[in-house]
Amino acid sequence: MKAPDRVLLAHGGGGSLSGRLIREVFLSAFDNPALARLTDSAIVSLGSQSLAFTTDAYVVTPPFFPGGNIGTLAVAGTVNDLAVSGAVPRFLSCSFILEEGLLLDDLRRVVASMADTAAEAGVILATGDTKVVERGGADGIFITTAGIGELRDLPEGWLRPRPGDQVLINGSVGDHGLTVLAAREGLRFDNPLRSDCAPLNGLIEHLFAAGLRLRWMRDATRGGLAAVLNELADGHTWGVAVRAESVPVSPAARSLGEILGIDPLYVANEGKVVVVVAEDDARAALEVMRAHPLGRDAAAIGSLEEGLDGLVTVETYLGGRRILDMPLGEQLPRIC
Amino acid sequence: MRYIDEFRDPAAAVALLDEIRRVPLEGPVTFMEVCGSHTMAVSRFGIRHLLPPAVRLVSGPGCPVCVTPVRLVDHAIALARLPQVIVTTFGDLIRVPGSESSLERERAAGADVRVVYSTLDALALARKEPTRHVVFLGVGFETTAPTVAAVLLEADAAGLTNFFVLSDHKVMPPPMRALMEAPDVAVRGFLCPGHVSAIIGSDAYRFLADQYGASCVVAGFEPLDILQALLALVRQVSEGRAEVENTYGRAVTTGGNQAAQAVLDRAFVPCDAEWRGFGIIPGSGLAIRPELAHHDAAHVFDVQVPQPRETAGCRCADILRGTITPPDCPLFARSCTPVDPKGACMVSSEGTCAAYYRYERRADG
Repeated sequence: MKAPDRVLLAHGGGGSLSGRLIREVFLSAFDNPALARLTDSAIVSLGSQSLAFTTDAYVVTPPFFPGGNIGTLAVAGTVNDLAVSGAVPRFLSCSFILEEGLLLDDLRRVVASMADTAAEAGVILATGDTKVVERGGADGIFITTAGIGELRDLPEGWLRPRPGDQVLINGSVGDHGLTVLAAREGLRFDNPLRSDCAPLNGLIEHLFAAGLRLRWMRDATRGGLAAVLNELADGHTWGVAVRAESVPVSPAARSLGEILGIDPLYVANEGKVVVVVAEDDARAALEVMRAHPLGRDAAAIGSLEEGLDGLVTVETYLGGRRILDMPLGEQLPRIC
Repeated sequence: MRYIDEFRDPAAAVALLDEIRRVPLEGPVTFMEVCGSHTMAVSRFGIRHLLPPAVRLVSGPGCPVCVTPVRLVDHAIALARLPQVIVTTFGDLIRVPGSESSLERERAAGADVRVVYSTLDALALARKEPTRHVVFLGVGFETTAPTVAAVLLEADAAGLTNFFVLSDHKVMPPPMRALMEAPDVAVRGFLCPGHVSAIIGSDAYRFLADQYGASCVVAGFEPLDILQALLALVRQVSEGRAEVENTYGRAVTTGGNQAAQAVLDRAFVPCDAEWRGFGIIPGSGLAIRPELAHHDAAHVFDVQVPQPRETAGCRCADILRGTITPPDCPLFARSCTPVDPKGACMVSSEGTCAAYYRYERRADG
């Protein structure tokens, strides 16, 4: 088959097809230094002030799920993109695309959650816009938020991870994506999953305030932990050696993943940050994370290792290693 | 976690591996894991690299998507292009390349293609959309076929006139016979598919042991299940035996699931079927019974399916017969990757090439 001539759902899955779309369609047209780094936030300067600037569109079916809704996501997601860039999130914009027929009560619930999440994160929803489209022109509610934050003084070696550095995460992976999947498909469990959706800027603030030699940070959203670690390693001579058994996965997520044949390492999170820190500071960073309510289950999950040629590996079951590949796109349920 | 961790206990695995290594063998021996889920488990847990050098484990034709001929994908695409039709399918078929397109691309171009998690979802859709024709793509082995048989019978009993199945169901024992008869395949024994065996029973493999001298051991899917079965296989070879053994007793009996077999019989009748890599294998398919022909999409819809085209250089056919491994294919990990798969063994999440690409591309274990 030839290359696809239309947008496929898999182009939006956060995997390598998404990457190709960004490079070949957007980057080639919008070519500029701020965009070219393809980080969660662009770093721009206004006079002497350095700012982080980001935007994200939120589409989720169903819009309400255990642990949050599309509004919580829209605020927390953008706050997190700013925070992992080393910025203090300040102001957010929000644009709504509403489908004719949406219940006003549902909209009020979404907006109330946005207000609560913004208050929790200490950001101001400063401007917004609303469009209504005909029934069928959208799926209930789509939200786009943009945010700006002040770039803080960043530690020496920031954005220069190197072999020996340790990789930490603030808790269990896969909960959000599997929660939404379960809600969408009407799968019910005795031990219900909850989305981890939360603004992480408080936790991240503590990490920076502790004066640690932080090297790199990214929130593990679409494509899950696997995608983030592949982005970390991509293009380097070193790679990431993950200790699979150290990666926190909740029992409910693990069970559902086993049943559906979906690996929680590839599933989206909305309240998880991957932190790369100098080896000697790893223990202190873990303590800082564990002292915060959103980092109680924080864990050291691996390290950067020379010679892995940009690959992410996990230990297999009895000591060998296998590749933890970049996810491709949508996760698909299997025949058997 | 209960029912997972017990079957992954590393100490027990090390002990089993030691036992496997201690069994005396006169020379190298090749076993085949027939089932795609076994292939994934073997790759994911790194089992291939832990076996002694004399024990070679090759992958077989047990990934349903992989053995599905291009013609079926083309047929499904032709159906999806009909204005009244909703094509429903399990997820791993939608990216499989046909001759010119895939269901994923047809969906992007406007066709109504929906991923379902259960055949019952497809039936429910037919009830909800009485003015549309809902076609379910019936791909899979004895594991999946009974659920399709059940919805066919239910649709018929309920008098639903808008529910159809395009059946490409296949059964496992005939290709295993074909492998034993193929001059270029040298397989001494089979790791028999656990879920298929839960339906058909372990007795279904007796002819392989009796007529072909093949050792057959039914295995579960956790690492300890697989190692236990490999130990049984190695012991049979060492002791000069060729028997059917069942190490998956918690799910599989000798006679299998009689209720499921009865449902299969009521909806399907054996037929010759085309397998990628094998061509036509007599008696290896399940056709919808003539009494249910009004639910048979191949019978009801008159569509033109062009002569299928396989990708030049693609060696899925040899991989499915275990005569080469993925790195031996000139396309593997070069022009054929999960992003841009050339053959079905790469696109299916259970495919041998996908397993090698994902887990063993540069494994040092």
